[in-house]
Amino acid sequence: MSLLLEMNQKALELGIPTSVHMDLTYRCNERCVHCYLDHEDHGEMTTAEIEDLLTQLADAGVFFLTLSGGEVLMRRDFFRIVECARRLLFNVKVKTNAVMIGEPEARRLRQLGVEQIQISVYSHRAEVHDAITKLPGSLRRTINAIRFLKSQGLKVTVANVLMAINSNDNAGVMALARELEVPYTLDPTITPKLDGDTSILGLRIEGSELGEVFRNRELVGDVEAFCAPPPPAGDDVMDGYPCSAGHTACYISPYGEVFPCVQFPLPCGNVRKQKFVDIWRDSRQFKEVRSIRARDLTVCSSCAHVGTCTRCPGLAYIEGNMRGPSTADCEKSFQRTGIPSANMLMRARPGSAAPLVQIQI
Amino acid sequence: MIAARYIARNSAIAARLVGGEMMIMSATDSTFFTLNDVATVIWQAADGRTPLSEIVTAKICQEFDVCPEEAERDAEQFVNELSQHGILRVSELPIGSSSPAPPERP
Repeated sequence: MSLLLEMNQKALELGIPTSVHMDLTYRCNERCVHCYLDHEDHGEMTTAEIEDLLTQLADAGVFFLTLSGGEVLMRRDFFRIVECARRLLFNVKVKTNAVMIGEPEARRLRQLGVEQIQISVYSHRAEVHDAITKLPGSLRRTINAIRFLKSQGLKVTVANVLMAINSNDNAGVMALARELEVPYTLDPTITPKLDGDTSILGLRIEGSELGEVFRNRELVGDVEAFCAPPPPAGDDVMDGYPCSAGHTACYISPYGEVFPCVQFPLPCGNVRKQKFVDIWRDSRQFKEVRSIRARDLTVCSSCAHVGTCTRCPGLAYIEGNMRGPSTADCEKSFQRTGIPSANMLMRARPGSAAPLVQIQI
Repeated sequence: MIAARYIARNSAIAARLVGGEMMIMSATDSTFFTLNDVATVIWQAADGRTPLSEIVTAKICQEFDVCPEEAERDAEQFVNELSQHGILRVSELPIGSSSPAPPERP
């Protein structure tokens, strides 16, 4: 077991939140077509509130801190917040579109010892990328920023969200990332908007295209192993918990609301009303999330994929039941292995109106 | 006469005390370390102003059941390893600034 896994296991046993994802703002200079946020400021935490919160998080044992948004640089106090976070010795990762990062900003991020910058790139072609961000010139500015950051010796990762409108550009973005000498990640997950609007789910790629992605050696490595049928699940799997959300990780919104994960909109408390550690330790919602084991899942516990599925409890919650299936992940398991999930089989039974392949929520 | 060695925590690191064990990650090469009790005491005392030999005699030998020779040998080895990964800075002269040590909680 690696040292990091060992520490994660220890944190799990001690109930320590090692990772926190914090959105500093929902405001953004881009208007990405797939974004699940609104872009208004409904009363963001002040600099002082965030600095106090960071101290609370350090005291609670948080080690990995992801600062995201919205666009983090829309906050004028962004560097002051990073400075505070680094003074408290967090491992800081920043997610940004990088449009506002020039040479001075790149230099400052380096001076502050930020661990990693993750930057969204949707296409290698400006006409596609800029149509998704709805900000003319955004691809050019983002690429320039990546070069500035790299020249400072910072670790940069390019993140591509795969949608129907950019699915043909996956290879092009990968080639661009290679040219820029940065790692590339791909995510086909589109989630409903925070207000419950599911219209953006229509942007998801077709299941067959997902199957092609899972058979791309450049993306998944050993295709045979990646797409292999799932092994039978033992007691260790059935007694396991679904993911780190609420166990060693959580999400905090710009308004101080605490959730198990950025994709798991179950309100657990607000740091404007309570101390973070009290929410983390005592919230009824966190306790419920922590109580769930694979054998408690209503449909998935009997699914062949139970031990290998990427089932997201947050997406399941959005679908109506945090113990239920996440149909987008059913689709992924099916496209990866060719074996339908228990949820798919159940929905395909006579009398069920749902289609076999269902990824809409 | 052997020159004094001063040690200071590098600012380009992340660190947290988890369940009595110090986790440290280098921002330079992302190497992840966990320090045992003795190493944690040395790392927390690495303020750039206190000579390593004084840290060993005043902290390690006082808090742990270990003889000075053995403690000094282990401390030297630990310091060399961490300095190679940029976690600690080492100098024969006092070092101006050291990053703050994380709080001793939880």
